[in-house]
Amino acid sequence: MGATKKIIIEPVTRVEGHGKVSILLDENGQVTRARLHIVEFRGFERFIQGRPYWEVPVTVQRLCGICPVSHHLAAAKAMDVIVGADKLTPTAEKMRRLMHYGQTYQSHALHFFHLVSPDLLFGFDADPAIRNIIGVIKKYPELAVQGVMMRKFGQEVIRLTAGKKIHGTGAIPGGINKNLSIPERDFLLKDMDQQIEWSRGALKIAMDYTVEHLEDLSDFGAFDSSHLSLIREDGAMDLYDGGIRMIDSEGNKIIDHFDYQNYSDIIAEEVKDWSYMKFPFIKDMGTENGWYRVGPLSRVNTADFIDTPEAEIARQEFKALTGGKPNNLTMAYHWARMIEVLHAAEKMKELLLDDDLQGEDLVVKGERRSEGVGLIEAPRGTLFHHYKVNEDDQVTMCNLIVSTTSNNVPMNLAVEKVAKKYLSGTEITEGLLNRVEVAIRAYDPCLSCATHALGKMPLTVSVVDHNGQIVDKRST
Amino acid sequence: MTGTGKRVLIIGYGNPGRLDDGLGPVFAEEMEKLELEGVTVDSNYQLAVEDSAAIAEHDYVVFVDADISCPAPFRFSRVVPKHHMSFSSHSISADALMAMAEDLLSSKAEGYMLGIRGYEFNEFGERISQNARRNLDEALVFMKQALKDCDFAKYVNRQG
Repeated sequence: MGATKKIIIEPVTRVEGHGKVSILLDENGQVTRARLHIVEFRGFERFIQGRPYWEVPVTVQRLCGICPVSHHLAAAKAMDVIVGADKLTPTAEKMRRLMHYGQTYQSHALHFFHLVSPDLLFGFDADPAIRNIIGVIKKYPELAVQGVMMRKFGQEVIRLTAGKKIHGTGAIPGGINKNLSIPERDFLLKDMDQQIEWSRGALKIAMDYTVEHLEDLSDFGAFDSSHLSLIREDGAMDLYDGGIRMIDSEGNKIIDHFDYQNYSDIIAEEVKDWSYMKFPFIKDMGTENGWYRVGPLSRVNTADFIDTPEAEIARQEFKALTGGKPNNLTMAYHWARMIEVLHAAEKMKELLLDDDLQGEDLVVKGERRSEGVGLIEAPRGTLFHHYKVNEDDQVTMCNLIVSTTSNNVPMNLAVEKVAKKYLSGTEITEGLLNRVEVAIRAYDPCLSCATHALGKMPLTVSVVDHNGQIVDKRST
Repeated sequence: MTGTGKRVLIIGYGNPGRLDDGLGPVFAEEMEKLELEGVTVDSNYQLAVEDSAAIAEHDYVVFVDADISCPAPFRFSRVVPKHHMSFSSHSISADALMAMAEDLLSSKAEGYMLGIRGYEFNEFGERISQNARRNLDEALVFMKQALKDCDFAKYVNRQG
């Protein structure tokens, strides 16, 4: 085997948290592999050990400031199992769902308007001085305002369901600690139709972009893969609960309606010496073939239907593009994400009009258990929380598989595909740099969450030869 | 009570689960208890773009964050609106946030940063270190004084 050079890109700008990319070259300058490296700050699982189980849904929000609600709800679901709450009251479940749709809505909207839209509106090769959120503010101020207001609305939903924006306490083991008052409901309802209208507009931008650029995108970081998500009993998309479904790249069901309490029977995590992130895979399929994608693309691919009318029409249009087969384009994540934005908006309106949100029956309990698993479809994909609790109510074991971890292999593969197509020689061009970022950004990775990391990193690209010498370097 | 008729927004931010990184939210908690008229208090893990909407509704905004390098007990400085190209979607710097509020929402708010010296950040924990707590207390005294006339400019570069 020939000598290998390494190009390093660190970190990925306009991506949450930390990361750097190494592109490995052989002695002929051909790309052999790409790797997304993560700086690790582990220790959260250990931090949570010894704490009383009822504190956990609040404490886990310290994991990361980006999607605390997802951790809050996944932990609460696991603790429902611990306290024997097999079925929540309608008020409790619907309040949690409203909180979750609010979280999904604000996260997706912000990602799309403030991170992705510069690439879609100006093109990958546009002047970097323009291709950013400042450029969007100047040329499309109405879109930038929409992004702010959609994010703000979702945050208000979170505040009113979780109790507050920071360290929300809404979800507790066995239920919730507050319902939604009539004034709170009306406060949200007054803006709901506007939010739905903006969601329609965002979906149109994403759909039109994908269809108009289909030829280019078909060859941009695209690859066949399996897709995994929760699915409702009747096959509907369900972001809050369900069984595990995994389909292959052709749409064949590999796993269906699997009880996630037993997730460790089918999913294992591999450790690799070059990354601190773990690599989840389906045990029966092995590490080479058992990886899968999660997140909006996977959820739209796995769902038989969406139970809100406008999002379902959008799903059908999405599926029509591939003749009903799964869509495996990395850049189709954006279209799928905006289908979910519209779905979340429709769901929030449906819930806000439901009198159950004003119910008084908030908590149930049953037979105490010593182990519980909570899964939720977080904005970035399936999130696993698994706990064991001793007789003194203390957590003795905690294992988390966060969404970005599941997309670890796919992100590496997407970068590799892009690098193979766009890298010429060892020079790191602006075009290559941005395309690598675009490919990773499609997955909306939350690297700080995936690695429990702190701080920020600059983006630097380095070419390192087989002796470890840097032969080229570039920063954004 | 500010006694000036001016609207002041105080945003304390940081992660209370990362030791002294929680100085901003704890400061916000303490200010909220005072229930000062004309003063809106908010806190979050980090600044986010939607904060621009709240900024546009106030005359002054004071960002409160843990500071890893300023002299103890705190540093008070002006925040000049300035766009950055590298902010991530779910967090944004104070100056970029001010620029966004100005450009998108025609905000006229003046921005200031109150950085409180912290010391311990690199592990999970929900306590503020003893020295940082002392700095926090001094910062609270300072802010109560500054809110009396809202003439924040005269305190710029104040370091405790």
